[in-house]
Amino acid sequence: MAETIVPVGHEPVGHEPPPEVTHLRHHFATTEQQLDASMLGMWTFLITEVLFFGGMFTAYAVYRFMYPAAFASTSVYMDVWLGGINTAVLICSSLTMAMAVRSAQLSRERPLVLFLILTMIFGTIFLVIKYIEWHSKWVEHLVPGFNFQYNEAPQYTHHAQILFFLYFCMTGMHALHMIVGLGLLTYLLIQAIRKVFTAYYFTPVEMIGLYWHFVDIVWIFLFPLLYLIGYHHPK
Amino acid sequence: MTQHIDSVKAYVGVFIALIILTFTTVYVSQLELGEFHIIVALLIAFIKASLVAWIFMGVRHSSKMTRLFVVAGLLWLGIMMLITFGDYTTRIWDYTPQPWSQKPTVGGVH
Repeated sequence: MAETIVPVGHEPVGHEPPPEVTHLRHHFATTEQQLDASMLGMWTFLITEVLFFGGMFTAYAVYRFMYPAAFASTSVYMDVWLGGINTAVLICSSLTMAMAVRSAQLSRERPLVLFLILTMIFGTIFLVIKYIEWHSKWVEHLVPGFNFQYNEAPQYTHHAQILFFLYFCMTGMHALHMIVGLGLLTYLLIQAIRKVFTAYYFTPVEMIGLYWHFVDIVWIFLFPLLYLIGYHHPK
Repeated sequence: MTQHIDSVKAYVGVFIALIILTFTTVYVSQLELGEFHIIVALLIAFIKASLVAWIFMGVRHSSKMTRLFVVAGLLWLGIMMLITFGDYTTRIWDYTPQPWSQKPTVGGVH
């Protein structure tokens, strides 16, 4: 098990594992170089994602700067409890994902499968809570363009609609990323059950882990910006 | 390859810190901080994001090139926000003529 694992790159000369194990492509000199290239590529993708979400965050910032009172008035309708629980659920899923990567790095097959399943369970809980929230928004007539009625502060009807539009766009894109993430985790789980990942080759686990943590980071910013604006103002 | 495998303790430590910071941000949002409300909220979010990136995403073990890319991403986000706000904060929405904004008149002819 773990104690028999020689750190990759520290094998005695002539004892490197075969390409079926390391998945080393011919255009890379070493597995280290291959993993570094993958990491850099994944981070480049994540930076495009930062700018993708950044556009929506910029729109949010501009409209909040222009209509601060209208934005603060929406916090009456935001469920801080559900938002907070979802934040905790995502943090749990990030922990289990990090542990999954660690298990793969140590060639521990059963913990890897277990942590991947746990991550998927937390991700699913997040989406279920998200669905409950969206459904209550629909019931309360807070979906802009479909049934928007703003009885709490009618003078802010137009500008509060901007916030709810941003709310559905941003949490919607975030939820879409979660769904994609769950699909990727399903792929990882199948590969993990087939015992593909070892200390010599765990690149997909590491890459999808990075993606999962990034989605967590997006939520870390969404939570205070959408749920906690004007929460200090008593209703 | 020199593999860096973090201890379980490090991961659980970050997890606990993230949960505590989540409670903190909810608690702080109920205080009367006025303008500092958003600054504190973003500061806590930034600390949480940094913890996730540094430990969970393993930036602390990553190559200099990867770190450069991460910083560049944040820099580009900053440029987008800065230039956008440069426009919106300085645009005159309700135009009131100021003495210095009058067109100069020479001999009564514009």
